[in-house]
Amino acid sequence: MAQVIVVTSGKGGVGKTTTSAAIATGLAQRGKKTVVIDFDVGLRNLDLIMGVERRVVFDIVNVIQGEARLNQALIRDKRTENLSILPASQTRDKDALTKEGVAEIIEELGKDFDYILCDSPAGIEKGALLALYFADEAIIVTNPEVSSVRDSDRILGVLQSKSRRAEEKRDKVKEHLLVTRYDANRVERGEMLKLEDVREILAIPLLGVVPESESVLKASNTGTPVIMDAESVAGQAYKDAVGRFLGEELPHRFLEPEKKPGIFKRLFGGRAA
Amino acid sequence: MSWLDFFRSTRKPEPASASAAKERLQIVLAHERIGRTREDFLPRLQQELVAVVARYVAIDPGKVAINLDRGGDMSTLAIEIELPGPKGAPAPQQAAAAGR
Ligand SMILES: Nc1ncnc2c1ncn2[C@@H]1O[C@H](COP(=O)(O)OP(=O)(O)OP(=O)(O)O)[C@@H](O)[C@H]1O
Ligand SMILES: [Mg+2]
Repeated sequence: MAQVIVVTSGKGGVGKTTTSAAIATGLAQRGKKTVVIDFDVGLRNLDLIMGVERRVVFDIVNVIQGEARLNQALIRDKRTENLSILPASQTRDKDALTKEGVAEIIEELGKDFDYILCDSPAGIEKGALLALYFADEAIIVTNPEVSSVRDSDRILGVLQSKSRRAEEKRDKVKEHLLVTRYDANRVERGEMLKLEDVREILAIPLLGVVPESESVLKASNTGTPVIMDAESVAGQAYKDAVGRFLGEELPHRFLEPEKKPGIFKRLFGGRAA
Repeated sequence: MSWLDFFRSTRKPEPASASAAKERLQIVLAHERIGRTREDFLPRLQQELVAVVARYVAIDPGKVAINLDRGGDMSTLAIEIELPGPKGAPAPQQAAAAGR
């Protein structure tokens, strides 16, 4: 049986889709058969971040409404073996998703895949609730910022009360905190919540810290999950997170400001990568 | 802006806003987590109380006044139901129920 992982946050724009694409790619790179589902019906974006937007024919709503078979809607990634994408619909609204329909899809995918990642839309409405309903594990994407932390706390409450595991009174959904857009310089200046503060407040196990990084925008420009950019700090941070997810013990990196180059380097040196 | 201002503006001490963020979060989340674990029964209690009264007398839904006051340590629920007048039934009475 596949593990179902929801990538969620409550708050919008914190990095769920970036994370879903990176972690799904990372798991596939590690040989795990992985499928990533875009639950953001009406605002499809995962296809762009994964670079498969030109290959979308059918979507999850087509499958639920019986207009296409699951196999026809799944897009196999050409760069990464073991990885498939199930896109969201761009033209319908969230009501086109039904619990029964999603249950069938997850059940069927479970036969072929090791991991099913669900990229949740923002909010705590129908789309987000469906994305988390079937989860065995949850990656809570949080920015070091008050509204994001509060919304993460809220979504943790929802996971504990509205997920299928909660309803069936089984073991609770396993929670992982992923702090993203972490800016060690601003933390040092006291302008941004420290990692330790966020951990203390949310009190769930830490999967990783992804630093604020220009490479994320660059990766989205070209439709390449940032984890494929092995040079970038964000790519390396996501790679570590995947390792930890698979049970490795890795130290957290990129928590301190980068050493500022000396005055000579700044005046005469070229730009650092 | 003169060259002096330039030096002054860079020297302005910045309050560490991150600690304010932490404090505010801890307080607001303490309140929000309580509401999550304890089910809010007051709206249901009110509906059921009115339903019980309605089983004995015909009440006019427009003549039911409900007052809920949610406090920190204690909440009060006051329900005022106007019963039918002398023409229809016994002398007018008022029933009030309070719950916490
Ligand atoms: N580590 C990072 N460094 C810099 N920018 C980032 C980082 N992570 C995400 N971003 C940027 O933040 C924006 C939002 O990211 P993303 O679309 O992944 O968020 P989301 O949570 O999926 O949003 P939505 O709630 O709308 O679905 C994007 O412009 C992305 O490039
Ligand atoms: Mg998204």
